[in-house]
Amino acid sequence: MKQTCLHDRHVALGALMSPFGGFDMPIQYAGIVEEHNAVRQHVGVFDVSHMGEVLVTGPEAEKFINYIFTNDLTGAPDGKIYYGMMLHPNGGVVDDLLVYKRNDHEFFMVPNAANIEKDVAWIREVAKNFDVHVNHMSHLYGELAVQGPEAEKTLLDVLGIDARDLEFYTFKDIQLDGEDVIVSRTGYTGEDGFEIYASHTLTQKLWDKLMAAGVQPCGLGCRDTLRFEAGLPLYGDELTDEITPIEAGFGMFVKLDKPDFVGREACAKQKAEGTARKLVGLELQGQGIPRHGYEVLNQDDQVVGEITTGYHSITLDKNLAFALVETPYSKLGTELKVRIRRKTFPAVVVKKRFYTPNYKK
Amino acid sequence: MIKYLPSHEYVKVDGNIAYIGISPYAAAQLGNVVYVDMPEEGDDVVAGEDFGAIESVKAASDLFAPVSGAVIEANEHLIDNPRLINEDPLANWIIKVEMSNPAELDNLLDEEAYAALCASEKH
Repeated sequence: MKQTCLHDRHVALGALMSPFGGFDMPIQYAGIVEEHNAVRQHVGVFDVSHMGEVLVTGPEAEKFINYIFTNDLTGAPDGKIYYGMMLHPNGGVVDDLLVYKRNDHEFFMVPNAANIEKDVAWIREVAKNFDVHVNHMSHLYGELAVQGPEAEKTLLDVLGIDARDLEFYTFKDIQLDGEDVIVSRTGYTGEDGFEIYASHTLTQKLWDKLMAAGVQPCGLGCRDTLRFEAGLPLYGDELTDEITPIEAGFGMFVKLDKPDFVGREACAKQKAEGTARKLVGLELQGQGIPRHGYEVLNQDDQVVGEITTGYHSITLDKNLAFALVETPYSKLGTELKVRIRRKTFPAVVVKKRFYTPNYKK
Repeated sequence: MIKYLPSHEYVKVDGNIAYIGISPYAAAQLGNVVYVDMPEEGDDVVAGEDFGAIESVKAASDLFAPVSGAVIEANEHLIDNPRLINEDPLANWIIKVEMSNPAELDNLLDEEAYAALCASEKH
């Protein structure tokens, strides 16, 4: 199993470690609840060095990105970041990712750890028809996510990084300790925050400074509870090779009005004709916690969908879930049931964004 | 006497009465417990079969009965305060059972064997 450049530090901190996306990753240190609350209320730091980094350069870089990626980067400003997906021709999701535009000829892609091999193979395949160079750089970068309302101040005071000028979903290239570092105002928590891409050595140094300053280390456990509350999908749960972004309700990141891209036809058809199933939010009544794979039933006890992610929400103190259900059952307010072991619990369809994010505009 | 299942449930025995809960090792691995799905008084539990589930923030885990018998009491303190299991899993048992076949205790791990199992799981 792969390890990040901070693996020894996680073990020394006594983290509970578990495999994720091919890496031995920290799930929790102090506990998911404490870490979750630290990010909502103050600040926390995640080792997200498992994430992939792929640099695409060349005269046709923008054209290539617009062909392989669902969002529209036509004429995008330098330093802007876009969220979107790479699709199979049938509309299923290869991966969801961020694309950083450095300039017209240089784009930095950040895919999920679990999909890196699949993604790089796909990117290289599609790139054959474009005048671009694909440079897989995942092994060169460490990545930290500093998240929470105090993240901006933490970067400035603890790391000496002035990111006050960065707007949400923008980045800048800076020099730190004589090295090139990428700092972006992005995250996966529903809070303000930053992601820092640097060499392994510098990532270790930055981590050590944050620990010395008492910043809460946060594991993948609360990364999942935080993103879930904010209505953000996780590849493997809400998005898969078999689910289209239209079904998952992320059609706003699929720009059908731009020139052709992989998966466009399938998405356009679904958007025009509607989909057979949709991703919804569910709020459960009673003491049952919905989990991935549990059945969703209608009032006649027929199976009409399944849970993709569910938690007892730490911030909202409710039992909540995302579920992929047959479209007739996807309207807000629809009453459904969720089977949890031997019992069923009443549930009602609610908005997926359970928690209103506190992003800096 | 205390004995364990390899799935980390313990049974503390007092005469014919068995107190069943999860081990401190399991509680630490689970992290914050948020809900315990328990049987009701009078329900029968069967050795090796699940009798409920314990929910941490991150996952649900089935609870298996180390011994067979009738449930005399489910620990009602866990309804309002499931985190008692994190604080002291041995004091905060989940169910109290009147054993129907105490010979089943012979099939369980003693403290030494259970400690060795936990050590091996830590790699």
